[in-house]
Amino acid sequence: MSSRTNISCLQEAKRVAIFGGTHGNEMSGITLVNMWIQNSAEIERNGLVVKPFISNPRAVEKCTRYIDTDLNRAFTPENLSAPDVEGLPYEVQRAKEINRMFGPKGSSDAYDAIFDLHNTTSNMGSTLILESSTDLFNLQMVHYIKKAMVPHTCSVLLNEHPQLKYSTTRSVAKHPIGLEVGPQPQGVLRSNVFESMRTILKHALDFIELFNSGVEFPPCTVDVFRVQERMDYPRDTNGNITAMVHPHLQDCDWEPLNRGDPMFLTFDGRTVLYEGANTVYPTFINEAAYYEKQQAFMTTCREILAAYAIRKACK
Amino acid sequence: MPTVSRVAVCGGTHGNELAGIYLVREMLKKRADGTEPVSVVTVMSNPRAAQLCVRYVETDLNRCFTRAALSAPVSETSPYEMIRSQELNALLGPKASAQAVDLLCDLHNTTANTGLCLITYSDRDWICLHICKHLQREMASTPVRYVHFDIPLNEAYSLDSVGKHGFAMEIGPQPHGVVRSVIFSAMQEGVQLMMDWICQFNSGTLFEGGWVDVYTMVKNIDYPRDSETHVITAAVHPNLQDRDFCLLHPGDPMFLCFSGETLRYRGKEALYPFFINEGAYYEKGVALSLARKRRVQIPSVL
Repeated sequence: MSSRTNISCLQEAKRVAIFGGTHGNEMSGITLVNMWIQNSAEIERNGLVVKPFISNPRAVEKCTRYIDTDLNRAFTPENLSAPDVEGLPYEVQRAKEINRMFGPKGSSDAYDAIFDLHNTTSNMGSTLILESSTDLFNLQMVHYIKKAMVPHTCSVLLNEHPQLKYSTTRSVAKHPIGLEVGPQPQGVLRSNVFESMRTILKHALDFIELFNSGVEFPPCTVDVFRVQERMDYPRDTNGNITAMVHPHLQDCDWEPLNRGDPMFLTFDGRTVLYEGANTVYPTFINEAAYYEKQQAFMTTCREILAAYAIRKACK
Repeated sequence: MPTVSRVAVCGGTHGNELAGIYLVREMLKKRADGTEPVSVVTVMSNPRAAQLCVRYVETDLNRCFTRAALSAPVSETSPYEMIRSQELNALLGPKASAQAVDLLCDLHNTTANTGLCLITYSDRDWICLHICKHLQREMASTPVRYVHFDIPLNEAYSLDSVGKHGFAMEIGPQPHGVVRSVIFSAMQEGVQLMMDWICQFNSGTLFEGGWVDVYTMVKNIDYPRDSETHVITAAVHPNLQDRDFCLLHPGDPMFLCFSGETLRYRGKEALYPFFINEGAYYEKGVALSLARKRRVQIPSVL
């Protein structure tokens, strides 16, 4: 008769946080969060509480990615359960504190949604990062944001890869969403990138307000790029890179890379070709922070995820 | 004019400006065999900063070459870069002496959309101006410009002031901590063309005189800031972002405040902006620099 049996009833999202400065040199999120801490009018919505928060204040003060270790890799079970002792790396202490304030991760007391604001030196445009292909709330939100941003495009990156997935700051929440906007150099604030991030958040908060007010969102599909593999630079025996991202690949995030396409250009002028069997869609191409993580770019494959209709659960 | 017989090429003066760092590493791999017509010293200026991929460890090395800084007493507890600037001065200078290298080329990158700039303290150094003209002629796809800071030698603060002739070869846009192949190639080509010019000059080739546009720095403009917290309240306006060396007229948009307001250029004189939104200059209170352009006539040289 009707498809009403396929509606998921989900809890309201009453407690929402916006994190800036998880990396202390990614300026859009730092600037937005500091602005909203001063004056929160723009992020206020009926039916929810939105908390702007600087996740790594010491790194922000030094305008550096991190002090001791990358905060956005620090939310592992080992770290979160580490005893409070002297000599813990700053970011591990911070992860435990954030887990206390906004988690505990995995529990029913955790914040409903956390938006974690990032910039990249890669030409990724506006990107939303998901960690689960089955989080209906997030899928519906991402669908809503993409539609609202038209004609601007918003790509969706899904990192559900068992080895490459990492323990992010936002993962303490029930619904973690990463916002990644580039290209922007570290330590630089570009107006267009700042305004794009601001607009994405506006739509995200509008979605949550509508959802909490009882609006039903019909079934939808979301085009995503699913993380496949990390590709490192060619290196010498001392670990130094011996080539750069090839000019044909540089800035071509989300565009198909086929077998035989140029991938790297060595310092002495030789081209290294992509040898993979299948077409992939590279992203995070030439991100400054990933040289030390042995990553020149990530490969992804395209996928269409389906989401059931959702609405707020009745009390 | 005397030959240019000793040349220094320096990279990594800022440890996160990667094109120069990788170029110097490549040049160091190629051992000189003694048959080169010009003696080239290749130097990694700030190896500790390069190792950490940071601009500097304690203080900006490229501000440590004033006469005062070079003659200040240093000890083990002095900032690393103060010690290092004196080491570099001993190696490549001493500044303002007859022992200094003939030409010092210091490699830099910027997050600003500057193309290739030769930045120097003189607007009548015929060697630097001719090298600029040569690069402009030979580099098809990269804009090449000559930028002049009118500062007397004693107060000149950067490494390039150590050589008898010198310039920073600055190429952007490139984020700090990133090497972009197009930028690396442009820098490699720029250095090669500079060496070619020097060899030709030394062997008696006549270079015709002509004209070079010289951009002389007039002033810096800071971001608008909150009077209490000093935090910036605007970003470079989208109409100005990436428009280095496009004439800025009185009334043109300069900043877009987070509140939505547009702030406009209030100067009386149209000037040429450059170093627009350089990441390292936020802490120096500089959003952009402004320059006056004029044509300088250069004589033939041989």
